[in-house]
Amino acid sequence: MNFDFSDDQKFLREEARKFLSAKCTTAEVRAVLDDETMSHNEAVWQQIVEMGWLGTAIAEEHGGLGLGMLELCVIAEELGRALAPVPFASTVYFFAEALKLAGSDAQKAALLPKVADGSAIGCIAASEGPGAVEAGKLATEYKDGKLSGTKIPVTDGDIATHAVVLARDGAGVSLVLVALDQPGVTRTSIETIEPTRSHAEIVFDGAEGERLGAQGDGETLYNEVMNRAAVLLAFEQTGGASICLEMATDYAKERYAFGRPIGGNQAIKHKLAEMYVKNEVARSNAYYGAWALSTDAAELPEAAAAARIAASEAYWFASKENIQTHGGMGFTWEVDCHLYYRRAKLLAVQAGAPAVWKEKLVRALETRNAA
Amino acid sequence: MDFNDTPEEAEFRAEARAFLEQHLEPKNASAIRGREARKQTLEKAKKWQKVKAENRFAQITWPREMGGRGGTPMQQVIWNQEETKFDAPIGPFAIGLGMCVPTVIAFGSDAHKERYVQKALHGEEIWCQLFSEPSAGSDVAGLKTKAVKDGDDWVINGQKVWTTGAQFSDFGIVLTRTDPNVPKHKGLTMFIVDMKAPGVEVRPIHQASGGREFNEVYFTDVRIPDSDRLGEPGMGWKVALVTLMNERLAVGGSPGPDWQEIMDYARDAGTLSNSAFREKLADWYVAAQGYKLTKFRTQTALSRGETPGPENSIGKIITANHLQDICNSAVEMQDHYGLIVDKDKAPADAIFQESLMWAPGLRIAGGTDEILKNIIAERVLGLPQDVRVDKDKAFSEL
Repeated sequence: MNFDFSDDQKFLREEARKFLSAKCTTAEVRAVLDDETMSHNEAVWQQIVEMGWLGTAIAEEHGGLGLGMLELCVIAEELGRALAPVPFASTVYFFAEALKLAGSDAQKAALLPKVADGSAIGCIAASEGPGAVEAGKLATEYKDGKLSGTKIPVTDGDIATHAVVLARDGAGVSLVLVALDQPGVTRTSIETIEPTRSHAEIVFDGAEGERLGAQGDGETLYNEVMNRAAVLLAFEQTGGASICLEMATDYAKERYAFGRPIGGNQAIKHKLAEMYVKNEVARSNAYYGAWALSTDAAELPEAAAAARIAASEAYWFASKENIQTHGGMGFTWEVDCHLYYRRAKLLAVQAGAPAVWKEKLVRALETRNAA
Repeated sequence: MDFNDTPEEAEFRAEARAFLEQHLEPKNASAIRGREARKQTLEKAKKWQKVKAENRFAQITWPREMGGRGGTPMQQVIWNQEETKFDAPIGPFAIGLGMCVPTVIAFGSDAHKERYVQKALHGEEIWCQLFSEPSAGSDVAGLKTKAVKDGDDWVINGQKVWTTGAQFSDFGIVLTRTDPNVPKHKGLTMFIVDMKAPGVEVRPIHQASGGREFNEVYFTDVRIPDSDRLGEPGMGWKVALVTLMNERLAVGGSPGPDWQEIMDYARDAGTLSNSAFREKLADWYVAAQGYKLTKFRTQTALSRGETPGPENSIGKIITANHLQDICNSAVEMQDHYGLIVDKDKAPADAIFQESLMWAPGLRIAGGTDEILKNIIAERVLGLPQDVRVDKDKAFSEL
């Protein structure tokens, strides 16, 4: 039984934590929050580029570090703890993973080195309106090499250089790779509940694009990319939920009411114990997702779904009850609690909301039971 | 990351498995779940314990000179994992060998060790633990059973409750109050008690679930020689903490039907397509995986020779509530018919109904949900202890 990260991976985690706690404090996060013109924190981003983290799980032949998905999971947890206000998830978990999964040799050779050296920022564009993304409902269409339609919201869509777009294509659905600096693309920033990550509406009007993967494989590939991203996001969520528990615990020890620390009251103690239990359930499920991802296991669909469901629940609970534990202070702009509450909601919906994943999970269990 | 044994672990597992196959039948699916698993015949259990002891598979971590195997905690985990796959009657010895006898080893005299340890190990004598009382459950240090010195003896009067296995136990360790004039934790003393001694009366408790697995034990002028005292007078709480620390590492499976059973039932019943049910099913799967995978993390620590972290403490909070919730849903899914507990008529041999009635006990036994949350809050998160208004007062003044 070896259900833990290796010593090398733990060393990487320590190094990442040291780096981020020095270079990406909540002051860096707030710089983006408080400045409407800032889409992300460029200084933090450039340092992350220099660390080579973008290429963690990209092969050396494509300019990456050639490490594995487990190393990427370790970094993801630290980025989640730090609330890193950078387009890392869009570029690495979604865009690079889609390229690695479905890209032709030429597409990989052209773009993965740019991801690794920070000269490309990627995003994935699927949502068109309220409700879960469903292949049958897409209006965006790819025809004769041109893409037309509107995607909203696209996380990091305003700063990305490239997008992977889910679009109708003949009788089916395909993934389409699009460069965003072209005349057929119009981007408008969108205000969201999580301003430390930027979002856009992207209108494609005959934009040039090429298929990523075969025609008609879009839905399958999209789901596979989501499975991979779900595991990585689960680590970010677990990291964020851990910070919320630490903040709430520290505050409960030092805040006095009625002559003693509020953390001496069972209403608070039990709430924080529940937070701990949910966080451990999330962590264990995330580890299993990491195992499935790193070994390309047949169990990845249910492992990814369980990781995502557990992590979304844990982060939601931890972020809202962290505010509650802080009382009125927790509801001020100056105290950091709301930063996690905002990020928890972004991470819970950006790759499909928990209810969608619960249905996916049960379908995966049905498939497994039928086998 | 992998889920494989190390070569040494694999070798031990193969050895354990071969031994088990030689002596026991594999467990059939229906015997794994529910209350049936607890109804094990005593004679069969004693025989199996003897075979285990003779082959050094009983108490694997005990030193060889005590009759153990001198093995690692990980080997004990592996043994438990393999043993539970077989129809092994292990219930009657878990508390004695896991908690009582280690306390005797820690605090008893050489004569005690000589007299009791091997007989317990070989299944010849069974032990029970007598701590809880009607007015001292979570706050067990508030117990009232009195021990008064009389010459070379102590005279015990009082009542214990929820004593597992008292009806077939030969000996017990009993925690008593010997000094009411000091604060409650400081006036306790632990003794070995002969359960067949005059004045010891065992009465089964009729549980809310209908069963009678636990007991009340009454002590009326029971005489215990001073030589059967464990630890100094007034040191009983310290002795009790050692007993409780020796609780077996929780490695057992789920205590009843889990997501797979209710999913199977829903498929048969044609309700698997219900979207509200599907959401709950997903949550149950995630919780069950969370519990199982957290144990894997604990085992990883053991396998590396490390002490497991506090992650192990979340187990019973998850499983007890999880079981209750699943059974409740299964019964409601059966609608009016869900009331029926007759195995020949109820779906799934009535496992959902049986476990529904058992679940409230599971949420209380071995630490209530609330006490376990306090333990996580205080020992893991370092939050302040609850207010203890009785801490510095003499017990007699409470």
